[in-house]
Amino acid sequence: MSLAGIWVILIPLICGLAAFAVGGRSARVIGLIGAGLTFLLSGLLVLHVWQSGVWIYQLGGWDVPLGISLRADGLSAFLIGMTGAVGLGISLYAVRYFEDEDEALTPDPSPDPSAPLRTGAGRGGTEVWLPGTSYWPLWMLLWASLNVLFLSNDIFNLYVGLELLTLASVALIILQREQAAIVAGLRYLLAAFLGSMAYLLGVALIYADAGVLDLGLLADAELTGTATQVAGGLMAVGLLLKAALFPLHFWLPAAHSSAPAPVSAALSALVVKGAFYLLIRLWFEVFESAGTVSVEQMIGALGAVAIVVGSFQAIRQARLKLMIAYSTVAQVGYLFIMIPLAGSFGDPEASWRFEAWTGGLYHALSHGFAKASMFLAAGVLLSALGHDRVWHLAGSASRFPVIYLSFGIAGMSLMGLPPSAGFVGKWLMLRSAVESGQWWWVVILLVGGLLTAGYVAIVLSQAIQHDVEEHTEPHPVPKLMTVMVFALAAMSLLLGLRAAEPLELLEIGAPFQTLMSMVED
Amino acid sequence: MDWGFWLPQIMLFSSLIPALVIFLLRDEQFWLRTSLNLGGSAVKLVLAGIMAWGVLAEGRTYEASLPFLHNQELVLRVEPLSLMLVGLSSVLWFITTIYAIGYLENSPNRTRFFGFFSLCVTATIGIALAGNLITFLIFYEMLSVVTYPLVVHRGTPAALAAGRTYLLYTLGGGVLLLLGIIWLQVLAGPVSFEPGGTIDFLLDDHRTELTVIFGLLIAGLGVKAAIVPLHRWLPEAMIAPAPVSALLHAVAVVKAGAYGIVRVVYDVYGLELSNQLNVLLPLALFAGFTIIYGSVRALGEFDLKRRLAYSTVSQVSYIALGTALLGPAATVGATVHLIHQGIMKITLFFCAGVFAEARHIHDIREMSGVGRSMPLTMSAFTLGAFGMIGVPPLAGFVSKWYLGIGSLESNAPWVIVILVASSVMNAAYFLPIVYKGWFGEPHEEIDVVEAERFQVAEAPWSLLGPALATAGISLLAGLLAAWAYSPLSLAEIVANQRMISP
Amino acid sequence: MSEFLIYALVAAALFAICLHGIITRRHILRKILALNMMGSAVFLLLITIAERNQVDGVADPVPHAMVLTGIVVAVSATAFALALARRYHAQTGHTELHDEDGST
Repeated sequence: MSLAGIWVILIPLICGLAAFAVGGRSARVIGLIGAGLTFLLSGLLVLHVWQSGVWIYQLGGWDVPLGISLRADGLSAFLIGMTGAVGLGISLYAVRYFEDEDEALTPDPSPDPSAPLRTGAGRGGTEVWLPGTSYWPLWMLLWASLNVLFLSNDIFNLYVGLELLTLASVALIILQREQAAIVAGLRYLLAAFLGSMAYLLGVALIYADAGVLDLGLLADAELTGTATQVAGGLMAVGLLLKAALFPLHFWLPAAHSSAPAPVSAALSALVVKGAFYLLIRLWFEVFESAGTVSVEQMIGALGAVAIVVGSFQAIRQARLKLMIAYSTVAQVGYLFIMIPLAGSFGDPEASWRFEAWTGGLYHALSHGFAKASMFLAAGVLLSALGHDRVWHLAGSASRFPVIYLSFGIAGMSLMGLPPSAGFVGKWLMLRSAVESGQWWWVVILLVGGLLTAGYVAIVLSQAIQHDVEEHTEPHPVPKLMTVMVFALAAMSLLLGLRAAEPLELLEIGAPFQTLMSMVED
Repeated sequence: MDWGFWLPQIMLFSSLIPALVIFLLRDEQFWLRTSLNLGGSAVKLVLAGIMAWGVLAEGRTYEASLPFLHNQELVLRVEPLSLMLVGLSSVLWFITTIYAIGYLENSPNRTRFFGFFSLCVTATIGIALAGNLITFLIFYEMLSVVTYPLVVHRGTPAALAAGRTYLLYTLGGGVLLLLGIIWLQVLAGPVSFEPGGTIDFLLDDHRTELTVIFGLLIAGLGVKAAIVPLHRWLPEAMIAPAPVSALLHAVAVVKAGAYGIVRVVYDVYGLELSNQLNVLLPLALFAGFTIIYGSVRALGEFDLKRRLAYSTVSQVSYIALGTALLGPAATVGATVHLIHQGIMKITLFFCAGVFAEARHIHDIREMSGVGRSMPLTMSAFTLGAFGMIGVPPLAGFVSKWYLGIGSLESNAPWVIVILVASSVMNAAYFLPIVYKGWFGEPHEEIDVVEAERFQVAEAPWSLLGPALATAGISLLAGLLAAWAYSPLSLAEIVANQRMISP
Repeated sequence: MSEFLIYALVAAALFAICLHGIITRRHILRKILALNMMGSAVFLLLITIAERNQVDGVADPVPHAMVLTGIVVAVSATAFALALARRYHAQTGHTELHDEDGST
């Protein structure tokens, strides 16, 4: 069990390569097996950290600082667990989604079972591109690089993980080879590489200053010099670009909305969290002593603007997937409100810092499940109705009751309404804001919830609206897809009913060790 | 098996599980859905009976604590005050379910309707059983969300507009409540509901904060309790189908707000502290103004349901008013009105729904002579209306009597003026309806064919029965007020618990 | 001015020039080249650091390892970006990313 941390990276990698090598319909089987195994291993890793505390593994037996180590504390386990669960849901959905998609794209379904299914020139000279076969290797690669990111304990290794994540994400975005997706993918690629470069320059500067790359050693070094501050700034900007914090979000809406539904879900729910994870890891462990109140407040302010601008943009959108993508911009803003709350404002020994930290992460968890569910729901509607125009959804609630129920539940979680995981996150962050006397964040957190209600309600009320037009019969949607949409939404609800254990998991190996005892009483 | 731990949870699940199963059914699966609905509500009714017996006769409390956050638990507790709302919602859910089955037969989207209907009751039961502030908040917000699909059920532009208003108000109120609760918890730690309140120790250091928090909490709750100026959503929400309006007005939404006010004043702040903070007089004034305002507006409405809606605005504030008066008798009056207003108002809404369904009567002016063809319905309506006016020996009289005594006890004779004025206006907007219904000339415009089709003249029993049942209950609640298990006796127990404080 | 500082400043200047290029140039190929050179700037800095950190006349091996890995990453990323740019060109006939929202 203690090796679950290795296998959780290797299995998706191996399965991804195998799926690529085999291709065709078998790619799906291999991908699915990989998803199932990775899910189980993620669960095992969470269990291991839960029972035996922080897990550390020296790769190849070389000790730091020369070697590279993997490390899973509560935070890593928390996010790997989320990725495992959301990833499994997305995978099961994707099986049916791409089956459907590939069938629709195959021009003349050949009765001959041995007909070539892989990419390549068809017999008639027309190229038949089946996104489904390429999806699985890339998706496994994406999953593996996420796990690399969550487990690496070495800032250069983290850079490699980030790059892998970007490559896999962009390749997935352009899976359907539509022009809009290619433009969006290209923009995303350029923005993400720019972010990586800024991060890499930061790594070089830190190494120049500290001479080590290991996160633990860097945290012990308590760096404060100018080089560290410049490095911190570069890394932060690079990661903010990848996490799409306003105003560096420009690439996100197009990229997330033009991808196929399972990809959009993974990007919004998981990939954004990867950059966010790395940022707070660095912020609260490496640059803890270098941070200043004004910088923290500024990042928080950008988060606040993101909430307002993202929500208003979401309300304005005419297409459902774009609306959900803008919602991600807003929700990312929420995550960054955590920085000033958990930062150095006021009493450094105050328990509210830890509360905000857990609150922000719980919000990330809730957003992971809820947003995945929303994008998958949009995917169902898109393939059933042939469009995702918000103002033409009238009457579809009675045809897709479970989809809209899930959308509503996920929306509740985004709004932070109880009972939902989003509520737990919001509750903790609000508490922290009130306790520390930072009232301006209270206002933005509360107003943000109402703005979220705005765009969720638009969709739901459109769907409930009595149908006046005659509609063509919707394209049938496989049941499994609907089930997965619901399962993910239900998770975002259930995690709000019993948050005690996940919150306890976060405490394992967390920064703020001295503050945690104060929260207990 | 520890029944004290499990009973409150089974109470929630008895409507939650049917709700979830119903969502999976198709519209045509009538019998399965109906038996789930009725089975769930029957179980709930039996459980409520068992718990009432346990609490009242054997002096037990049922309590379940479930871990939620680090230092915060979800608490479900059954004691006399929670029993009042539990009893009210179990009984009325059962009756309303029967009514709704009859009312919505053959209309589209029944699955969605009954699913959310059951969720709505689950949330109400949760509110009733909540043993601390955070549990209350969770179910309170859940109620806001699950009633939205019921309000917009018909999907017409008018319904959607009403839904928007409803969401805006309730979510806004929820935000205020959330802020108040968080602020209070930051000062006091987890706050549970105890008669007499638990936060007195904050008075010396945090006087201003406590006052502001009280304002936030009451404003948040006041939205659902439809206290002026936060009442606007209620008449709008009249667009919903009759069973929803009935439930919204009698049991679920407005009652949740009023019940919350009772909880905050008696069990969070406590009378002592509320008194020292001088926050009760403003509350009483707002409530008093709402009573008058609601009545005046009701006079001006000719749509039957809208008139009833403004009547609700007015009547629910009796609860807040009685709560704010501090005295023992006023407390009895306020808490007993939780139940009395519920059974009387639901009767009126049932009848309004019957008129609308069977005769397409929506306007009061169309009601002439309707009592001749529908004597039973009209009788039920009359009982409800007389109860609202406060005619002895009906339930409404009992409430008003205790509120009146309470106002004298608390040296607030102006409240008597409000009560009298309101009763006069109650009479002014109900009596013409009753008179017209019984003695007016039947309207000529009534579709003859329509009248012939209803040879038996009355509506089907699934609609009529519930109306008669609740009318009967409101008569009995008044007649048997002295019985040991009547709402009044329960209210007296509740009041006694809260008056012991030195 | 120490040798280290000269190299470090050159690296910083190169990085800044490339940043300017990415933001101002419209042609996709130029953007990709700028990104690629940005990587080179960082590699230059890393090698300078290795030189500075030498112990007993042996340069620090860690930055070397980082540069090697970094080159591998940069090559694959550049290749991917070029492939994408080619496809973009094939589909649209453009070689520049336009400012107007091409997402619809």
